[in-house]
Amino acid sequence: MKKKITPYLLVSPYIIHFLVFVAFPVGFSIYLTFNDWNIISPMKFIGLSNYKRLFNDAIFWKSVFNTLIFLMIHIPLQIIIALFLAELLNQKIKLRGFFRGAFFLPVIVSGVVVTILWQQLYGYDTGLLNRLLIKIGLGKVGWLTDPSWAMPSIAVMATWKNVGLYIVLFLVGLQTVPLQYYEAADLEGATHIQKFFKITLPLINPTIFMVVVLSTIGGFSLFIEPYVMTGGGPLNSTISAVLYIYKQGFFYYHMGYAATLGFFFALIILSVVIMQKKFVEKDK
Amino acid sequence: MKLRKYFFYIFLGIGALTFLYPFIWMISASLAPENEIGNLIFLPSTISFGSFFQMFDKIPIGRAFLNSMLVSSSVTIGVLIFGSMVGYALSRLEFRGRDLIFYIIIFTMTLPFQITLIPQYILIVRFGWVDTYWGLIIPYLMNSLGIIMFRQYFKTIPQDLIDAARIDGCNELQIIFRILWPNSIPALVTVGIITFMASWNEVLWPLIVIRDEKLMTMPQLVTLFAVGGRAESQLGVKLAAATILALPIVIAYFFFQKYFIQSMASSGMKE
Repeated sequence: MKKKITPYLLVSPYIIHFLVFVAFPVGFSIYLTFNDWNIISPMKFIGLSNYKRLFNDAIFWKSVFNTLIFLMIHIPLQIIIALFLAELLNQKIKLRGFFRGAFFLPVIVSGVVVTILWQQLYGYDTGLLNRLLIKIGLGKVGWLTDPSWAMPSIAVMATWKNVGLYIVLFLVGLQTVPLQYYEAADLEGATHIQKFFKITLPLINPTIFMVVVLSTIGGFSLFIEPYVMTGGGPLNSTISAVLYIYKQGFFYYHMGYAATLGFFFALIILSVVIMQKKFVEKDK
Repeated sequence: MKLRKYFFYIFLGIGALTFLYPFIWMISASLAPENEIGNLIFLPSTISFGSFFQMFDKIPIGRAFLNSMLVSSSVTIGVLIFGSMVGYALSRLEFRGRDLIFYIIIFTMTLPFQITLIPQYILIVRFGWVDTYWGLIIPYLMNSLGIIMFRQYFKTIPQDLIDAARIDGCNELQIIFRILWPNSIPALVTVGIITFMASWNEVLWPLIVIRDEKLMTMPQLVTLFAVGGRAESQLGVKLAAATILALPIVIAYFFFQKYFIQSMASSGMKE
């Protein structure tokens, strides 16, 4: 008898925690999407109004669009830089530990630190980047104040912060490629570039897929970067999914609408990730 | 051949500079007199701790450091204890519903947090946990990734070890904490580092559940300081706050770099 209940005792804290902090919130979140509620006054059932509002909400669509812009810059940049530096680290070189450690440093530091730091680098008048541009004879750029530059600037910063992790993951991937493949290619007189595209790239496809998925989730989770740097501006050009949920929920206390946004963003994330997965599987 | 090597080092050097220089600049600027920051390239002409003193004056950063330590340590200890309990049950015990629990864990891992953010906040309000440590700690006590990692690791431990412990009269908890733990140091370190880092760097959740400045975590306090007007557009003070916030993790990273990189890489792999 005792034997039979021990497993359940061991997992019971997890189950209770799951029911309270995962299962109930998911159910309640869906329920909230049909209601208007500011937490204090009684909940008001409003049917599908939140959904109607969402489809007509220009800021919601803007936040989806902003995330797409972010991903279109962030993902390719991240894959190219990470692959390039991982490929270099995979050669017989000295100081590999130092280089790897340096590339990885931004990964471990809080996003707040990175954001405050880059806000200064991107500064209009005294920012390091603009000072550099002036020195080489170009004009200043409103990195964070020009609506068409602001989101790309955040995407570049996010790449700088995360790319170290992907360098390490690619490095692991590169080291699983059997050396015989390269030796065989050498015998046939393949060039470095050919070897890279014909052998390395196909074999590290799973890692690339992972970078794409993690970046997608990351893009829809952007919060602290626009919160600190731009507040979502200029002209909502950097408003992100989570920042918009946060504003609706904890600024205006539109709990029902904020839950609807959260629900929809979750659906978008899941469908994008599933689509990416399908895409990769079809490739094989 | 030789020439190519030089190119490798040049590119790697540029890479290292790109990742390190902004941090060097940040530390220099936080130690520079305020009027020099606008032109600062590398090192300030004189070192001044003025920005740090001003920052200590304006925000309770010491208290925030202790809050962060308390919250992140509690979360990490909880995740290690509960994670190994569930990981052990899933990998070593037979019981009905085991697969179901495994699927629940996978489901939780893939669930985007955007959907639970609002209702979780409402729960915290209902439990009366706004402006308490409980609100910061309890929701994070379980971690699906941690459970999965313990489950994987415990599978590699020989059954003989567990059988021998049972014959010696150990109960299941003793088996986990006295027999498995000493043999699972890599898993403990990995889960510990990932959990501690994630908790230490979390900003959104503290911003939502903590309004009282005395209870704020370090990144939260620094964030509000940078966003609100209290830094009074003094760059040096902002950068001093960012430097202080980065310091504890960077020091830990300096000593345990290998473990940090391995842990973070394995967490990326699992997802």
